[in-house]
Amino acid sequence: MKPAPFEYVRIDHPDELSALLTEHGPEAAVLAGGQSLMPILNLRLRRPRVLLDLSRCRALHDLTPTSGGLQIGAAVTQATVLSWPRLAHQVPLLALALPHVGNPQIRSRGTLCGSLAHAHPQAELPLCLAALDGEIVLRSQRGERRIAAADFFIAAQKTACRPDEYIAQAHIPCQSIDEGSAFLEVAVRVTGQAQVACAAIAGPHRLRLAVLAGQATPQVHDYPLLPEADLRDQLDIIARSLALSCASADDDAYRRQLVVSLGLNALKQAQRARDRRAAVDAQIMEHRR
Amino acid sequence: MKRWKQSELVPVQVELNGVQRRGLCEPRVLLSDFLRDTLGATGTHVGCETGECGACTIRVDGVAQRSCLTLAVQADGRCIETVEGLAQADGSLCELQHALRERFALQCGFCIPGILMTCAEMLKRRPLPEDEQIPGLLAGHLCRCTGYTDLLAAVRHTVAEVRRREAAHPASAPSVGVHDA
Repeated sequence: MKPAPFEYVRIDHPDELSALLTEHGPEAAVLAGGQSLMPILNLRLRRPRVLLDLSRCRALHDLTPTSGGLQIGAAVTQATVLSWPRLAHQVPLLALALPHVGNPQIRSRGTLCGSLAHAHPQAELPLCLAALDGEIVLRSQRGERRIAAADFFIAAQKTACRPDEYIAQAHIPCQSIDEGSAFLEVAVRVTGQAQVACAAIAGPHRLRLAVLAGQATPQVHDYPLLPEADLRDQLDIIARSLALSCASADDDAYRRQLVVSLGLNALKQAQRARDRRAAVDAQIMEHRR
Repeated sequence: MKRWKQSELVPVQVELNGVQRRGLCEPRVLLSDFLRDTLGATGTHVGCETGECGACTIRVDGVAQRSCLTLAVQADGRCIETVEGLAQADGSLCELQHALRERFALQCGFCIPGILMTCAEMLKRRPLPEDEQIPGLLAGHLCRCTGYTDLLAAVRHTVAEVRRREAAHPASAPSVGVHDA
């Protein structure tokens, strides 16, 4: 199990990457952290003629807080994002989800954008990007375009990224201070792929649940503030409508059951987190008075 | 920009356990194979080559990662630590290795080089982890002999030793006995 031969290019400047992608198109593969691509190359599931390594391209290493959110460059590792000191405050959902991505040794090289590019149906980061209304900046010699998560993930491991484009950065909006978040996952191995994962965001007037359960792309559901029994009904609808292809009927039934129980727990946890945050805010206001 | 053709032999230089080493390899050669086959450092084991098993874990610039998911050309100029670098220069084992031997925590030994490198890094970063954090150290590793219990006991023993030493000499900074290369 070794990669098939390829030409290797170490990219120093983003313009070189755009030019080479225009030249080679689908015969090229972009290498960032390699934690999704290298297993694919080792198993020879892909045999690119040219490998474009952007991991030493300084311009793509920026993690920049903007007025509305967080800009994460193509070469920024998951470990770097997780260790950003304000992550838990600004994007709590991501802070809760990232520890479920691979394990520390994988996160130390794996990039956030790389996981989005790979778009594995059982990966946590595409689910989070969808739940957070994140955007992806695609760049080519033709220019730059910004695309919403909902339009980016087309099918399992298939995205809107064209052969001459690469993901230059991901943009993740900051969560509002009056929101609470939760991320729950069940996997056979703690560090393995999720069987079911649920990302929940609870605001003062609405609830959001993103579900990963083996379907091709992340699914996001929005609800008003409903009582638990009604939420359970909604989750039953999601669970029944899942088009699953599990190895056995037992697996299938188990996964549907997980969707209901994890989804409900995630929504409850997110609401509790929201209420805790509101209580702390009220205390601070009281203290100031 | 640097560009190498598929059959070209690329010069790769790394600092391996404190010693500058140089070798030639094709761009497609994995770092794990470069270490073993080109540099002869066979302490690093190769298991699944998909990142699942963790046997090939090494430290690159101090950070634990999978050498089977890295190309040798990507490691050019980096500082690499493998299991061969854990023992002292006189051959005496580091505290963690010693604990593994004392606790009979090795069975076939295949997974051990990777597990040692992960634990060494984690304990260096956080010499006194909470007890419930210790099983998490092994989350990225598979032991085919299922010897996790004794491995965890060895890590706990190492942590307890550090804690004991720290209590005896509170002035000195905690050290896990994993010396710096």
